[in-house]
Amino acid sequence: MRTEVFYKNSEIDGRAKRLLSLIRATVSSAVENLAMVDVYLTSGIHELSPELAAELFSDPVAQEVRTDEAAADSSLLPDWNYLIEVTYRPGVTNPVAITARNTIETALALKSGKDSVIQTAVQYLVKSPELDEKILNKLKKVFYNPLIQQIEFIEKGKTPLSTLPPLYPYKVVKSRVSVETIDIKSAAKKDLEKISKERLLALTINEMESIQKYYSDPSVLKIREKKGISVKATDVELEMIAQTWSEHCKHKIFSANIEYKDFETGKKERIESVFKSYIKKTTDDLSEKRKFLKSVFHDNSGVIDFDDKHLVCFKVETHNSPSALDPYGGSITGIVGVNRDIMGTGKGAKPFFNTNVLCFGEPDTPEESIPEGLLHPSTVLRGVHHGIIDGGNQSGIPTVAGAFLFDDSFTGKPLVFCGTGGLLPAEIDNEGSWINHITPGDAAVMIGGRIGKDGIHGATFSSQALDEESPSSAVQIGDPITQKKMFDFLLEARDLGLYDGITDNGAGGLSSSLGEMAEYSNGIRIDLEKCLLKYEGLAPWEILVSESQERMTLAVNPDKLGAFMTLAEKRDVEASVVGEFQDSGFIDIRYEGKPAGLLSIEFLHNGLPAMELKAEWKRPFTGSDPIRGDLDSRDILIRLLKEPNIASKESLVRQYDHEVGGVSVVKPFTGINSDAPSDGAVLRPVFESERGITVTHGICPRYSDKDTYDMAMCAVDEAYRAHIGSGGDPDFAAVLDNFCWPDPVESENTPDGRYKLAQLVRACKGLHKACIDYGLPLISGKDSMKNDAQIGGRKVSVRPTLLISLMGIIRDTGKAVTTDFKNPDDIIYILGNTNGELGGTFFEKISRGYYGRSPEVDTDTAINTYKKLAKAIEKGIVSSCHDISDGGIGVALAESSLGGMTGADISIDSLPGRPSSRETPRILFCESPSRFIVSISPENCMDFENIMTGSPFKRIGKTTDSNHIVIRSAKETAVEISLETVQDAWKRGDF
Amino acid sequence: MINDDRTVKTAVITGYGINADNELKQAFIMSGSDAVKIHIQDLIDKPELLQDFHILAFPGGFSFGDHLGSGLVFAHLFKKHLKKELDRFVEDGKLIIGICNGFQVLVKMGVLPNFEKDWSCDVSLIHNNTGVFENSWLEISFNSRSGCVWTKNLDVMDVPIRHGEGRFITKSKEILNKIESENLAAIRYKNRNPNGSENDIAGITDRTGRILGMMPHPEAFIFPENHPRWTREVIKEGYGLQIFKNGVNYMKEKLCH
Repeated sequence: MRTEVFYKNSEIDGRAKRLLSLIRATVSSAVENLAMVDVYLTSGIHELSPELAAELFSDPVAQEVRTDEAAADSSLLPDWNYLIEVTYRPGVTNPVAITARNTIETALALKSGKDSVIQTAVQYLVKSPELDEKILNKLKKVFYNPLIQQIEFIEKGKTPLSTLPPLYPYKVVKSRVSVETIDIKSAAKKDLEKISKERLLALTINEMESIQKYYSDPSVLKIREKKGISVKATDVELEMIAQTWSEHCKHKIFSANIEYKDFETGKKERIESVFKSYIKKTTDDLSEKRKFLKSVFHDNSGVIDFDDKHLVCFKVETHNSPSALDPYGGSITGIVGVNRDIMGTGKGAKPFFNTNVLCFGEPDTPEESIPEGLLHPSTVLRGVHHGIIDGGNQSGIPTVAGAFLFDDSFTGKPLVFCGTGGLLPAEIDNEGSWINHITPGDAAVMIGGRIGKDGIHGATFSSQALDEESPSSAVQIGDPITQKKMFDFLLEARDLGLYDGITDNGAGGLSSSLGEMAEYSNGIRIDLEKCLLKYEGLAPWEILVSESQERMTLAVNPDKLGAFMTLAEKRDVEASVVGEFQDSGFIDIRYEGKPAGLLSIEFLHNGLPAMELKAEWKRPFTGSDPIRGDLDSRDILIRLLKEPNIASKESLVRQYDHEVGGVSVVKPFTGINSDAPSDGAVLRPVFESERGITVTHGICPRYSDKDTYDMAMCAVDEAYRAHIGSGGDPDFAAVLDNFCWPDPVESENTPDGRYKLAQLVRACKGLHKACIDYGLPLISGKDSMKNDAQIGGRKVSVRPTLLISLMGIIRDTGKAVTTDFKNPDDIIYILGNTNGELGGTFFEKISRGYYGRSPEVDTDTAINTYKKLAKAIEKGIVSSCHDISDGGIGVALAESSLGGMTGADISIDSLPGRPSSRETPRILFCESPSRFIVSISPENCMDFENIMTGSPFKRIGKTTDSNHIVIRSAKETAVEISLETVQDAWKRGDF
Repeated sequence: MINDDRTVKTAVITGYGINADNELKQAFIMSGSDAVKIHIQDLIDKPELLQDFHILAFPGGFSFGDHLGSGLVFAHLFKKHLKKELDRFVEDGKLIIGICNGFQVLVKMGVLPNFEKDWSCDVSLIHNNTGVFENSWLEISFNSRSGCVWTKNLDVMDVPIRHGEGRFITKSKEILNKIESENLAAIRYKNRNPNGSENDIAGITDRTGRILGMMPHPEAFIFPENHPRWTREVIKEGYGLQIFKNGVNYMKEKLCH
C-alpha cells in the first residue's frame, strides 16, 4: 500500500520553501516552485486499513492523504514537471521507517507480522523550465546521496506516475553464513599482503607476520587442537585481530618508537611512544598536584570530581572519513557515538552537553576545482550541520559550544570533532561510580539496535586514506530516538544496580566492546548466533565486527539478569545474552555451538609489534615580508570580520538546541541583542548547586605551517584563557587532546612523512610543556592519523590539527563573566603582552603575505596574568572580559562593542609587549596569546589595577555612548568605524 | 516535602524521546509541588495511577523523533490507552500543561481546544515558516482576558523557543474566531513571530482554563542565570516559574477548601 501525505496548502510548507531557496541559490535560479510529499510504503500488515494509515501518518488539520493514488496528480499541489522520489538503499537505517513500525506495534498494539515491510520515501515536485542534464544532476544531488539513497525520476509527459513502485527492493545480499579458514602459517610474504588487502584488514606486512608467528606457535596449535578448532586461522579471528589492531583502535603511531632528528639543534633522540612520553607523562606528573582526577585514559572518557556528590566526564571523538562520504550520516553517528562513550563510562554517565568543532574547505571554492569523487565544502557543511542538529536536538542533549573552521586543506577530508560531557553520582551501589568491574560468570548482554551489514570495516577504513574504493558499507545513519530510549532505560537500570559493567559498541562493534571487557575478567565466550540481527544472511565474522549503531554491551550478574531483561522489555529496548565472561585467558568464539575462533587475550591486546619510525625537523623559513604601507587598517578589519572563520555563525548555531536540560548559564551568544560571541560555555549541571563547569576549545591549525610546537601551546592557551576569562578556577580544569594529522608515515604516497612525523613530535612536546606549566592534566584524547584524500592522482592533506577541549570548574556560576561591554564610560584595559607575531594569523591569510614565525606562548607571564584576573573576577569587579584570538585586538574589540552596542575609543600606542616594530596593522591584528580585552566600571578601576599590578596590562581607553569604534595610534586615528558597518561585515549571513 | 492531603502532586510524563522532563519536574518542585516523572508505559500498565495526581505535565522533546509529524505518535499512544482516564482527570477539575512537544501532543490528541468535547482536531502545529529549528529567546505577552489559571496576572515574560514545528494554524477561520472571541489564545509572541503562527499565537487554553499548551519553554527559565542577559540586567529570579506557581497555587487552594 502506498500512502502519500502532503500539505493541503503547499504555500505553508516551510521545509519546501527553505529547500527551494537553497536550490535557487546553488543549482539554478530558474527553478520556480517546489512541493514535498511524504510517502509510506507498507505490505504484509493486514490490520492496517487505508483509513487507519491516513490517521497514523498524517495531520488531519493541515494535510491531505492519497492511498494507492498519486498525490502528484492532486489539484491541491502546484504544477510541476520533474518528480524525484528519494528512498534509502536496502540495509541503510531509516529512522522514519523504524518510527512508523513503532507506531503500528506500540501505539496501536497491532501485529505487523514477520514478513511485513515498512518503507518511507520523500517526493519532490519541481516546477522549472527545462533543465539540461548537468543542472538536472546537480538538482538531484540536492535531494539525495547515491551512496546511501536511490531515486525514482519522472519527467511529466515522458514517464507515467504509475512507474512509481508499490515497494522498493529491500533485501540485502546474503553472505555465505559459515566460518572460513585461512592458511596463514604456510603463506608466503606476498600472500600475507594479499590476504590483508583483499579482506580490507589494513594490516602491514610486519603485523601479518606476527599473526603468522602466532599461528605457527606449537603451544597455540596444541591448545587449538585440544579445543577442537582448526589449526588454521578462521576469518572470524583475522577480522577480530584486524579491528583490534587497527590504527583507529590501537593508536599505532602514538605508540611507535620514533627516531627524532632535530636539524636545528643537531640533536637526535629516541622516543618510545609519544603517548607515554608526553601525554600520559603530563597527567602522571600532575597527579600529585591535581587531586580531582578520578579516571583517566583507560575508560571511554576522562572522569574528574565535580563536587563531593558528583563527578563529571568528557570525551571528544572524530568522525572524519564517514563525514567525507556521507556528511549527514557521518556527523549524526559521530554525535550519537560519542554520547555512547559517556553512557559507557564507569557505571554509566548521563550526557548533559554536546560540543562540536567542524572543519571544512573554503565555502567559496569554485565547483570545478573540486576533484571528482569529493563533495563541495558547502555540501559537506550542510550535511554535517544537519546531522549535528538531528543528533543533538533529538537526543535532548544541548549543543553548548564549538566552532566552524574553513581552510583549503580540509577539502579532502572534513574534520568533524564531536564532544560530549556527562554527569555521574559519586557513588553507585556503595562503590565509586567510575569503577567498571566485570567478574567471571557475568552474562555478556548486548542491548539497543540490531546488527546489520552497515558499518562493516569502519575502524579499518578510517585507518586508511580516502580513495575511489572507499567502502560505502562504512556509512551509517544514526537513530537518536532508539538510543534515547536505550539511555533512559540504562540510567534506570544503573540506579537499580542491575549491571556491573558497561561499554559502548563503536568502532569494531562487538569485537572491540567484548574484547575490551574481556580484559577485566580475563576471558569470554561469545555465542554469535545469539546476537539479534536486522535480517538473515550475515557471516559470523560480520556479526562480530559490524558497527551497527545504538548498541551497548553490558556485564550482568546472573542473579540480576531476570530483573534486567524484564525492565528492558518494559522500556521497549531489545536485549540479548550473547556470551559469558570467563577467566580462561581466551576469547572463545562459537557459532551455533561450534568453535569459530580462539584467541589468547595476551596476544590480541599485546601481540602487536611497535612500529619503528623516523622523524626529521627542519624549521621552515622564518623570514618575513614587510607589511605593505598601503594597507588600511579599517579595510583590513572589515575583511577580517567577513572572513568565514571569524564571521558570525549565528544562522547555523541557532539551529542547535543549546539549553535543553535547563543548565545553561553562558550561552553561545551574548550581549544586549544576544548576537555577540561568547568565549565558552558555562553550565550548572546540578540544580541544587551554584557550582558550575566551563567548556572551552582551542584550535589553530594555521600555525602548524610554522611550528607545531607553538601551534600546540597556543591551542592549550586558547582553551585555558577562555576558561579563565569566563570566571573559571585556575587550579581546577582538565583537557582533552584530539589530533587530526595527515599520514606521517614515510612511504611512496607520503615522501614527506618524516617531516609530518616531526610535526607530531613537536606538537606533543608543546602540548606537554603548556599543560605542565598550566597544571592542566590530559584526561582523554583521540588521534586520527590518515586525514588525506588520494583522488584522481591528486592528494589533499589536512593541516596538522590539534583540538584542545577543556572542562573546568567555576565555583559560583553567579560570578561568570561575558564578553559584551556593559555600559558607556567603562574603562577598557588590555591584559597580556602584544608581541606582534603575524605568522599564521588571519591577517597573513587575507593579506596573502608571509610573516615568518607564529605566536609563541610565555607561560610564566600568562599564569601570572590569569591568576590575577581570576582574583578580580572572583571579587565581582570585571564587567566584561573577552579573550583576544583570531584577528587580534581589532576583532576582539569589535565583538565586545557589538555585544553591548556601545562605542569604544582606545589607543594602541605603546602597549605592553616587545613587537619587532609597531606598524598599526601589526599591533592591531597580531594574535599574541594570553591576552584579554576587559572593561571595568570607573569606581572599580583602582581596585582592579591594584590586583593586576605585577602583570602586563594597560588602560587603553573607554566605552562610549556613540555608535563608533575609534582606534588611535601614536600619530593618527588608525580606525574609525560605525557599529552598523561592523555588524554588516561580521554577520555575512548564511553559509 | 511533607506529603499530607494538601500536597499538590504533579506527574511529569516521560519516555520515547521526551527530553525536557528533568527541568520541568524541577520547575514544579521549585513552585511548591511534589513532582515525579512517570514513564508513559507505567501509566499504560496502571491507568488509574493518573488519578493520584493533581497536575499532569507533558514536557518538551522529540517523542518518537517527530518522524511522522511532531507529537503525533505520542498522541496516538496516549489516546489509545488513556483517553477515559484523562477525561476523568479533567472532569475532576485538575490541571494539564503541555510545553513544546507536550503542546503538540495535546493539540494532536484533540485535548486542545476540544470545543466539541470529543477530542477532534481543530488546530495544529506545523513546520516553522522558516523551515528550520530555532533556539532563541523572545518576549511573550499574556492575554489578560483569558480565563487560563496558568497565566493569571501575568503580563509579559522572556522565554526561549526551541522548535522546528511551532507554527500554530487552525482548521478554519471559524475556529480561529472562536479561539479569539473566547479568549483561549492565552499567550502571544510579542515583538517577533518566529514561525508564522496565526495571530502570533504561542499558546492556547481550553474553555475550562485549566489546560494550557505553549511552544516556548518557561521551564528553561528557573534560575536568573538562565536568562541570556543576566550579566547585564537585574534578574531577580527565574521568572518562568510564575506559570508553574500559578498552577500549583490554584490546586493548593482547591485542596484546602
